Amino acid sequence: MCLGIPGEVLTLDVERPGMATVNVGGARRQVNVMLIEEDGVQPGDWVLIHVGFALAKIDEEEAQLTLSYLEEMGQAYRDELQALAESRID
Amino acid sequence: MGPEGMRFVDEYRDREKAQALAANIATLVEPGRRYGLMEICGGHTHTIYKHGIEDYLPEEVQLVHGPGCPVCVIPMGRVDDAIWIAEQEGVIMTSFGDLLRVPGARGSFLDAKARGADIQMVYSPLDSLRIARSNPDRRVVFMAIGFETTTPSTAMTVLRAAAEGLENFSVFCNHVTIIPALEAILASPDLHIDGFIGPGHVSTVIGCEPYRFIAEKHGRPFVVAGFEPLDILQAIQMLLLQLRDGRSEVENQYTRVVPWEGNQRALQAIDEVMEPRPTFEWRGLGWIPDSAMRIREKYARFDAERVFDVPATRVADPPACQCGEVLRGTIKPWECKVFGTACTPETPIGTCMVSSEGACAAYYNFGRFTRLRVRQAGSA
Ligand code: SF4
Repeated sequence: MCLGIPGEVLTLDVERPGMATVNVGGARRQVNVMLIEEDGVQPGDWVLIHVGFALAKIDEEEAQLTLSYLEEMGQAYRDELQALAESRID
Repeated sequence: MGPEGMRFVDEYRDREKAQALAANIATLVEPGRRYGLMEICGGHTHTIYKHGIEDYLPEEVQLVHGPGCPVCVIPMGRVDDAIWIAEQEGVIMTSFGDLLRVPGARGSFLDAKARGADIQMVYSPLDSLRIARSNPDRRVVFMAIGFETTTPSTAMTVLRAAAEGLENFSVFCNHVTIIPALEAILASPDLHIDGFIGPGHVSTVIGCEPYRFIAEKHGRPFVVAGFEPLDILQAIQMLLLQLRDGRSEVENQYTRVVPWEGNQRALQAIDEVMEPRPTFEWRGLGWIPDSAMRIREKYARFDAERVFDVPATRVADPPACQCGEVLRGTIKPWECKVFGTACTPETPIGTCMVSSEGACAAYYNFGRFTRLRVRQAGSA
């Protein structure tokens, strides 16, 4: 729950404003991006995701750093990814 | 003396940077002076144990593990209340997986599930919303926990439920706020903390400004830090530099992610939906004024405490449990009488053993005989 997971924005959802399809660890997930300020997010942006919401925009280098940190966490990260995989936010 | 934590060095790609930081940290320390630095966030605790950061520090520097693991601070009474709600007619209780094992006086969510309660694990409060939509004849409750990192998500979900006019969704709100907890810790008489390693994700939301009173009123340096081992070493270096120079300021080591002013949209969402409670109980720390959020009157129909006649159970922490002392930093996890014997991650007595970010679980999982621990055991 406390882990921020990086994801790369693929497309913005036209039908549901505020939602985006994001590549998270190789899987496509729906994420709410309404908390990102100002000009919002664009495809290609990286975001840090907490419980289904993008909380911050980050650069790609930071995303990779965070991903390797998470992978080192082992079980806690696998549990979070598993929960995310079972999530069907819409 | 060079760093001894070979495991960390071998694993870590920036070993030279880490060694350089460790060497520099050693030069900043006045021999014989004791430096107590509290890392507030459970994520930091996890990194510190996992990578054996303590082995990189001179003996004068002691890390104290703070109250920033939301699972660890939820009082038993709230768990019991949540289970009571879950057992009401037609209820589906939804919760983050982290919370399922947390013991209340009548067992955990997992125990209640075994007794027949419908308790489902979700990744996001938006999952609970979906469950509510597809089960119109059930009452779906989201067990909301967390610091300011997860509070905006709950608030946004309530706003969404309101916009959709959902009738069968409510939130059992247990969101806590970090600043009052820090105030409570700073007011405790047995405090031996000279500086703080500030939480990364919480600060993404609240920014760095709210910590200013710690630097200005309490004269303690405060450095917001990232989660990599190098981030933590760098934050420790920044704290020791301030202490050497007699400064106490708020600094941001994690500028890669944390904006100084936080996330205004997230703060607005919280403020729209929630207000501070007059007081809230923290496991181990007791009752702290203004330290948690509740749903505003305006959104009362999404507030499980108004929708249900929640018993407001109050339960004392189990007598064997020393989580309070661990959370205040007066004892180290392994000094608790039941650590690793009666209390393990499989059969936790205290909450610090439940979450992988709790100090006791982090220590139990990555437990290793650090120099510090060997010396303390020898002198005990
Ligand atoms: S070992 Fe268990 S009971 Fe003791 S402080 Fe840690 S979590 Fe609490």
